[in-house]
Amino acid sequence: MTSTSQTRHSANTDESMEFSYGTRRTLIGAVLTVLAFIMLAIAILPLGLVLGYVIIRGGSQFNLELFTGQIPVALQEGGGVGPAIVGTLIVVGIASVLSIPFGILAAVYLSEFSSDRIVKWIRFATNILSGVPSIIVGLFAYGVIVVNTNQFSAVAGGFALAILMLPIVLRTADEALQLVPQEVRWASTGVGASNFQTVLQVVLPSAMGAIVTGTTLAIARASGETAPLIFTALFSKFWPTNIWEPIPTLSILVYKFATVPYENQQEIAWAASLILVLLVLITSILSRLATIKSIY
Amino acid sequence: MSTQNQSKNHQNTQKPSETTTVLQTEKLSVYYSDTLALRDVYMEIPKQQVTALIGPSGCGKSTLLRCFNRLNDLIDKCRVEGKVLYRDKNLYSPKIDPVEVRRRIGMVFQKPNPFPKSIYENIAYGARIQNRKENMDELVERSLQRSGLWGEVKDKLKESGLSLSGGQQQRLCIARAIALKPEVVLMDEPCSSLDPISTGRVEELIKELKEEYTIIIVTHNMQQASRVSDFTAFFNAEESDKGNRFGYLVEYDETGRIFGNPQAQATKEYLSGKFG
Repeated sequence: MTSTSQTRHSANTDESMEFSYGTRRTLIGAVLTVLAFIMLAIAILPLGLVLGYVIIRGGSQFNLELFTGQIPVALQEGGGVGPAIVGTLIVVGIASVLSIPFGILAAVYLSEFSSDRIVKWIRFATNILSGVPSIIVGLFAYGVIVVNTNQFSAVAGGFALAILMLPIVLRTADEALQLVPQEVRWASTGVGASNFQTVLQVVLPSAMGAIVTGTTLAIARASGETAPLIFTALFSKFWPTNIWEPIPTLSILVYKFATVPYENQQEIAWAASLILVLLVLITSILSRLATIKSIY
Repeated sequence: MSTQNQSKNHQNTQKPSETTTVLQTEKLSVYYSDTLALRDVYMEIPKQQVTALIGPSGCGKSTLLRCFNRLNDLIDKCRVEGKVLYRDKNLYSPKIDPVEVRRRIGMVFQKPNPFPKSIYENIAYGARIQNRKENMDELVERSLQRSGLWGEVKDKLKESGLSLSGGQQQRLCIARAIALKPEVVLMDEPCSSLDPISTGRVEELIKELKEEYTIIIVTHNMQQASRVSDFTAFFNAEESDKGNRFGYLVEYDETGRIFGNPQAQATKEYLSGKFG
């Protein structure tokens, strides 16, 4: 850019303020913007492909028999995954009952009552737990529950999933509680509330939205886990009747049916995948609705 | 009845006579992690009057205020020495339950902090946790009337307290504080985050409230102190040998006398704007 004016000051005001497409600055900016968008597309691509493929292959199987029929054996035609859906719900239900109360209460302790020194170590331990490979968690549940009760069971599977869910629930609840501003706690204390009342009636309700989101994430993660269920809940072909027996689950069904050479079972596996994805989606939507409507 | 300070730096705190005392401090000192913050305060707070605590930043006014309702307990590493007597009972004796103290001595904070609940619940919460059996609707209406907010919110009691403007939020907090009729109301710079018109309303409110409640107000605003209070205590900050600043009580008297005829040099300088 050339300017032939006398002073620096008037040189700047003489030049036009409009976009100048030829400058290096504008070009680099444009290139980087395009690059960022391309990266975004590449990042979303796997999600889109997976979802799209599952919907196409699995959606074509959808009919009433899918949900009500018995799990088909090799070479059997038709059948459904009804038992596996119920099984997944039961096992994830057990896991939720085991992990969510403990996770939230532990988070309450961490953010409201503990001293600085302990907090660091507990948070560190939680992070380590969340990184433990899921198959090892399954082994642990095997050693603790299956060996001692002498059988594979839904409870063992729920126990393993609970260990996987616990760190997620704890961490998100902890962060949600820390986000509640300190002034609100002081206000409650100033009105003459005990610690217990402040936490239960002011702090927790205020953090509930974020806590529910966290638990939904945990539930979604748990419902898709396969490795921990392999030698805890095992598998069965029948409608679940007893939580102390092996139980079918959607994730194990997909594992078993995806690689066998029987086409019917492969199709069922695709359908089961889609159902799993939909289950997670419905859980998320329900929990969002629940928090929007809540008035305490 | 007032006890003497030994140091010749500090003016004696003459208790203004003919009024009963509701709160009294004896050699009250506050430390944050072993660093002195407030030194040896002797004060008597008269009943059903407005007492203002004024002074430059860092002189311990808010710290002193929080001693009266044991809110300093919530601050890690804060240590209180000396006595705070409320109706002749030392609030810091180990037998005293701080929760009970706070039900008799309420507080309004500098930044309005309504609960993230509905306006109705903001006021009803205090009554609920204390198991009061009274009619909630009446209690809420009475408190909102008293704090001058009823007309503006009577049609939207179910809306969130956070949806109000700053001045309205602060009046909601005042309504919340007086709902359960505490004997003393502590106010920590209640108008500092409000615009002048809301400030005026709150000051009017304070003057009305003193017919029923004893009010102790911390304020940075000298004019406010002279408008609103009956008694004024001036605090100042000093550097100790260890290099940290701590606060101490310089002078305490009727507002008219403090502003019209201050005795201590520091008071004169502060009031004439030489520092602050």
